[in-house]
Amino acid sequence: MADININTVNKYFGDVHVIKDVSLDIKSQSFTVLVGPSGCGKSTMLRMIAGLEDINSGTISIDGQVVNDLPPKQRNIAMVFQSYALYPHMTVFDNMAFGLKLEKRSKDEINERVNEAARILQIEDYLQRKPKQLSGGQRQRVAIGRAITRKPKVFLFDEPLSNLDAALRVQMRVELAKLHNELEATMIYVTHDQTEAMTLADDIVVLDTGIVSQKGSPLELYDRPNNMFVGGFIGSPKMNFISSKILSKSSDATEVDIMGMSKISVSKMSASSSEGDSVTLGIRPEHLVVNGDSDGSWESKVFVVEKLGDVTYLYLEKDGEPLVAETEGHSEIKVGDTVKVGFPAGRCQLFDSSGQAFK
Amino acid sequence: MSWKKISLVFLLLIILVYTCFPFYWAIVSALKKAGTGTFIVEYWPSEPVLKNFIYVLNRPAFGSTFFNSFLVSTLTVLFCLLIALTASYALGRIQFKGRTVLLLGILGTSMFPQVAILSGMFELVRSLGVYNTYQGLIMSYVVFSLPFTVWILTAFIRDLPIEIEEAAMVDGANSYVILFKVFLPLMWPAMVTTGILAFIGAWNEFLFALTLTISPEVTTLPVFMASFRGESEFEIPWPNIMAASVLVTIPVLIVVLIFQNRIVKGLTAGAVKG
Repeated sequence: MADININTVNKYFGDVHVIKDVSLDIKSQSFTVLVGPSGCGKSTMLRMIAGLEDINSGTISIDGQVVNDLPPKQRNIAMVFQSYALYPHMTVFDNMAFGLKLEKRSKDEINERVNEAARILQIEDYLQRKPKQLSGGQRQRVAIGRAITRKPKVFLFDEPLSNLDAALRVQMRVELAKLHNELEATMIYVTHDQTEAMTLADDIVVLDTGIVSQKGSPLELYDRPNNMFVGGFIGSPKMNFISSKILSKSSDATEVDIMGMSKISVSKMSASSSEGDSVTLGIRPEHLVVNGDSDGSWESKVFVVEKLGDVTYLYLEKDGEPLVAETEGHSEIKVGDTVKVGFPAGRCQLFDSSGQAFK
Repeated sequence: MSWKKISLVFLLLIILVYTCFPFYWAIVSALKKAGTGTFIVEYWPSEPVLKNFIYVLNRPAFGSTFFNSFLVSTLTVLFCLLIALTASYALGRIQFKGRTVLLLGILGTSMFPQVAILSGMFELVRSLGVYNTYQGLIMSYVVFSLPFTVWILTAFIRDLPIEIEEAAMVDGANSYVILFKVFLPLMWPAMVTTGILAFIGAWNEFLFALTLTISPEVTTLPVFMASFRGESEFEIPWPNIMAASVLVTIPVLIVVLIFQNRIVKGLTAGAVKG
């Protein structure tokens, strides 16, 4: 059992305030993914939990114990680095046994644990090789193996898959998910790849310039983003944002006018909004209805068509507002065609001028 | 062959002759008979004799000074590398105020010519009571080799991937384990290079050895060589000195040949994505 509690933590690099009053509760045995654009502080958060980075204020506790002043080795954690960080002069076996040797475990126990980890990760055949004789995927397995052998309470992953090629990344992603089920340990995973975040996470924490923008399950974030940042960050291609105006408010819905071309009634409310306010309407490409029946619709010209096989993305423009729509894989639509785009009201999000979502 | 190539080969030949001729001349001179023959210019010894080598080898002080040189040089290298390794870890990896000033200060000390610090070194060695001892010589040689060694090793440590150190920290390693079990094996190329230079420096050093030692039980080979006397006080026995020089160079050559195999490039390959 290893809950991690992060309480109003702040971190400065010189004058730069990189982590701002962040509080997070990470449940034992959960898989939590920290995502955000580069520079949002996600790696710094992870390194603070690991003890590789000091914190300026606040507390971090692991399993109920405040670890602010504990060095990494006393925090019962293991970390997997983006660049693998294997010891180049040691064999795979020695790389994985290094931590155990430092803990002065018996030879039998070291052998047993390393072989066990090698079996889980299917690297038994490489135990006597040096890291330079391994491929990228094999090296990453060794790096994970080095973490497993020490049986830590918490696993920290710092973009572990971003150095691998696309096919290998998908394979390792599945293996990491399996590993999490097998080990029943708390895992915290930093990535900028939202596919990794969506597929692996029990909980996703979206960080934006040092603050937690939203925390929730993948589908919560996908369906009900707290703000425009999360809405735009989760989902690919990203959510369309269209400037709109509130026409009227009723007890359970807000009627908006999309660029003076269509009116739709979205059943979301914000107490602070009033008639005539400018708002942003957000809708994901996969929810736009192309050439079909829907609430409020536009005619729009296609200027790029991307055929991916299973789906086709249409890049549209109307009065300077770009719009991406998804349609079926074998679409007949060509560049230059005019299509009708519909906005199903149930799929629309509204954001006020400060980017906060209507609920 | 184009003119470009011919002129390049020609240039290389000139450089080769320029760098190797002094050694060749030393060997040729060592094979000459003593006396007036020394001053006849001969590029190929017409009557090579080995008696100069035999003379040097038969001198009673040769064995002891050879041993002294070897001991002093080896210990100089060991102390120098140990101190430099720990110093460069701090200078290369720990952020502290005045680090740059300290590094520049270290570099600055190596800019003084040997003669300038000779009298100071003499006083220091005497007041520490290590005049005419191995410790005194080793101490002064370590002082002279350290700045260079620290600079090279600091630069090398800075280039080692920080993630390796962090991984070791997470694995539970303290600073000593990181330095000696993780960094040291990766630093062989730099250690061997600086170690060889420190060895050659101590092996060939003359001025300090002459000043800080007096008895043949302690002094080193260069001082021994300088003690050769000719038939008369006006004669410098060049063939003997040259024979000694050639003999003295051999151990250095052996040391370099042994260790050059350890200068393996790309030792860090495979540590991080490359």
